[in-house]
Amino acid sequence: MIKKARQHVSQNESLIFERSSPGKRAYQLPPLDVPAVDPKDALGAGNVREEIGGFPEVSEVEVVRHFTRLSTYNYAIDHGMYPLGSCTMKYNPRVNEAVAALEGLRWIHPYQPDESVQGALEVIAALENALCEITGMDAVTLQPAAGAHGELTGMLLVRAALEAEGRPRRVVLVPDSAHGTNPASVAMAGYQVRNIASNEKGMVDLAALEAAVDEDTAALMVTNPNTLGVFEENIVAVARILHAKGALLYMDGANMNALAGISRPGEFGVDVMHLNLHKTFSTPHGGGGPGSGPVAVKKRLEPFLPLPRLVNEEAGWRWDYGRPQSIGRVRAFYGNFGVLVRALAYILAHGGEGLRRATLDAILNAVYVRKKLEPYYELPHKAPTMHECVFSDARQAGRGVRTMDIAKRLIDYGFHPYTVSFPLIVKGAIMIEPTETESKQELDLFIDAMISIAREAEENPELVKGAPHMTRIRRVDEVTAARKPVVRWTREEEK
Amino acid sequence: MRYLPKSDDERREMLAELGLESLDDLYAHLPEEVLLREPLKLGPGKSEYEITDYFRRLSGRNVAGRPCFLGAGAYCHYRPVLVDVLVGRGEFLTAYTPYQAEISQGTLMTIFEFQTMLCQLTGMEVANASVYDGSTAVPEAVQMARRITRRDRVVVANTVHPEYRQVLETYARHQGLETAVTGYVRDTGMADLEEIERETDERTAAVLIQSPNFFGVVEDVRQAAEIAHAKGALLIVVFTEPVAYGVLEPPRQADIVAGELQSFAIAPSYGGPYAGVIATRQKYIRQLPGRLVGRTKDIEGRGAYCLTLTTREQHIRREKATSNICTNQALVALMATIFMTVYGKRGLRELAEQNLAKAHYLAGKVPQKFFGPFFNEFVAHSAVRKPAEVNARLMERGIVGGLPLGRFYPELEDCLLLCATEMARREDMDAVAEAILGR
Ligand SMILES: Cc1ncc(COP(=O)(O)O)c(C=O)c1O
Repeated sequence: MIKKARQHVSQNESLIFERSSPGKRAYQLPPLDVPAVDPKDALGAGNVREEIGGFPEVSEVEVVRHFTRLSTYNYAIDHGMYPLGSCTMKYNPRVNEAVAALEGLRWIHPYQPDESVQGALEVIAALENALCEITGMDAVTLQPAAGAHGELTGMLLVRAALEAEGRPRRVVLVPDSAHGTNPASVAMAGYQVRNIASNEKGMVDLAALEAAVDEDTAALMVTNPNTLGVFEENIVAVARILHAKGALLYMDGANMNALAGISRPGEFGVDVMHLNLHKTFSTPHGGGGPGSGPVAVKKRLEPFLPLPRLVNEEAGWRWDYGRPQSIGRVRAFYGNFGVLVRALAYILAHGGEGLRRATLDAILNAVYVRKKLEPYYELPHKAPTMHECVFSDARQAGRGVRTMDIAKRLIDYGFHPYTVSFPLIVKGAIMIEPTETESKQELDLFIDAMISIAREAEENPELVKGAPHMTRIRRVDEVTAARKPVVRWTREEEK
Repeated sequence: MRYLPKSDDERREMLAELGLESLDDLYAHLPEEVLLREPLKLGPGKSEYEITDYFRRLSGRNVAGRPCFLGAGAYCHYRPVLVDVLVGRGEFLTAYTPYQAEISQGTLMTIFEFQTMLCQLTGMEVANASVYDGSTAVPEAVQMARRITRRDRVVVANTVHPEYRQVLETYARHQGLETAVTGYVRDTGMADLEEIERETDERTAAVLIQSPNFFGVVEDVRQAAEIAHAKGALLIVVFTEPVAYGVLEPPRQADIVAGELQSFAIAPSYGGPYAGVIATRQKYIRQLPGRLVGRTKDIEGRGAYCLTLTTREQHIRREKATSNICTNQALVALMATIFMTVYGKRGLRELAEQNLAKAHYLAGKVPQKFFGPFFNEFVAHSAVRKPAEVNARLMERGIVGGLPLGRFYPELEDCLLLCATEMARREDMDAVAEAILGR
């Protein structure tokens, strides 16, 4: 029985271009208080364009209905549990939105003089401090726009620090359980990626690591807890092995939701790490961004942080560009400021003890889900679970039911699927991260749904393989989409 | 903690099911040496009232919402009310990247519309679903050109936004890219095409210009394209002010267009979050970085949308991906989509013409440094008073002045970059002119 959801009517809606009709409008400009200028005179006739072919012309009410209707085709955290492993889909507190929308924080230009934006600089300083405290690191840059951007920044910091000490080295080690952005960022920083295999517990294999690290190793890029949701039990030894050979330890902090308030990377040997404010610190994902990927470092790496750096002087906060060893700019201006405001609001709401309580509840939820689902789904790695757990579809695969099928069937039960087929070291991975903001009732519904689907896979595998059945559209043909990509609307296509 | 939806009884019940006694048992397996030694020093959790009060006080310490003549990559345009109303819907705000097409058609369709409108606007054939911002779009576009041409050199006009060039420098330093920076023509403020021509050779992957450029001047895209193409190089055109394309001929001759959409109803927000985009020709689609949404059908033949060409991306190709980008700026791109929908074909034209009129009114009252055609930004020569002094006087009258250019171009030390959008009022522009003229 499906308890959480049932079908209801939703409005059909075409692309906005198909609503368009000449002369409709949703705007009105005030009258000009200066003389009009003929574009041909101002720009030269050859520089003036014809009308923007295909651009919509619609009325205001149609704009509202269009986007409102489209919005109803989405599942969102506001609807219910969104157990997308590695993504930390937690509730997004609305007070964060409210403060980010304050005119005094939103309507300031990045090139205003420092003395006219002291409040904004204070937000940045306060967040830098809080993140240092949470991570146990010495300095933070808030400039990177997302996790992957932070990874690139971090790798450039590693390179700069090693270069300053002699030579940048050539290789960065990446466990085979790593997220795809890790090797991609390493390559962008001009390093060679060497994958290292995880041991049977899904952790970094100390012997393999020892064998791999040499004078050419710049760093190891490790996710902790790793993508199996398991704390790297030998992390201190891992750091020791790297440091003994002059290499650095980079931590992908995407999973910081398992550690905030109970353990600090700066105290277990990490030299540089990034955080995802759009995961751990609840800033909304917005259908794929914006994010923010601050990078935290130990003292030794501080001189290399991106320009500019915030400094405090008698007259107040000021941006400092005089950092000769800096890796340079990683983006224009100072970071995704609006996201920083939200993250700081989140941290203030929790305080130190609140962050710890959130972490404990996040672990409690994941361990509870694991315990309840273990009788029904294969758990390939048995090490203790932190904030997420990874099953596989091994038991269902015999009936032809794969992880993607189970995921799609979850949609019929009113849930967003878990993360499918990641990490790559688990064949048919089912990666579940409940986060702390799920109630026991919601978790129990989810568990019931997963158990029910396991039963369906036995009794009626076709039902699962054909899912979802209750959505506006059924499974989509991704193969044809990629073979003959249509990535824009054209009038002809509609005919 | 008000965001945690469990009672202590429920916690106890769950712990009991796990055979545990306390929450601390949940991490008892962690090695002693990694455990936090003392509680985080972040104070107690704050109420909603305390939080809003805190940020209100900080926001009061910023000079905000005043008449503002700054541009230079971030523009003060009016933001239609519908934008916040619609992006504030939880279905858009609190969804993840649309991996599961069946329950993400809303996000997917809006991205498809975004990609389409960007093509219509820029004259390109395909556009991606956004990148972080205009500045990071630049190295991504350059890397793309390198993959297409298999060449490793780029010629960059110094009329491209200085911070964008700095970002390119940071990215390029370790990617084996050689950059040649070229100057501008002293009286027009346009990129020096003769120098670009001299610098462009058979090893050049791309020529990079911005139009309107950092000085607000419209570049000769056609000629730049001819120069690049004559040597088998690509032309990359950067933009920071897309409102210009309401009236300005788009860079149709470019091979890649990379830009910043902040002008499209994205608040200045002290520099972010904004949204960048990369558009190109159909034949280069497989070299694009970032997400792309494509049209397809579901198994019952209904029209549907999904993420496509994902084999370009990091989660499949790992270190061989076209970029490391994963999370982009989706919600911000949605603001731009709603903006383009609200203004539409005629509105964007009218808006652009108002910008043109305002900036030309202001420019008519002060000495101009360059005579190249401009849209809503131009360089004023402030001979009587130093730019900083002009700005200080304006600030006293509650007006945010222009950008003193000496910071990026030492030879333009006595110049101000001024921007006048549709929000500039005549009396404020008169005040700016007076301050510059020393009256
Ligand atoms: C473990 C891990 N690392 C890195 C990333 C990349 O972060 P972002 O998407 O913010 O670039 C992700 C998120 O998708 C992740 O789960």
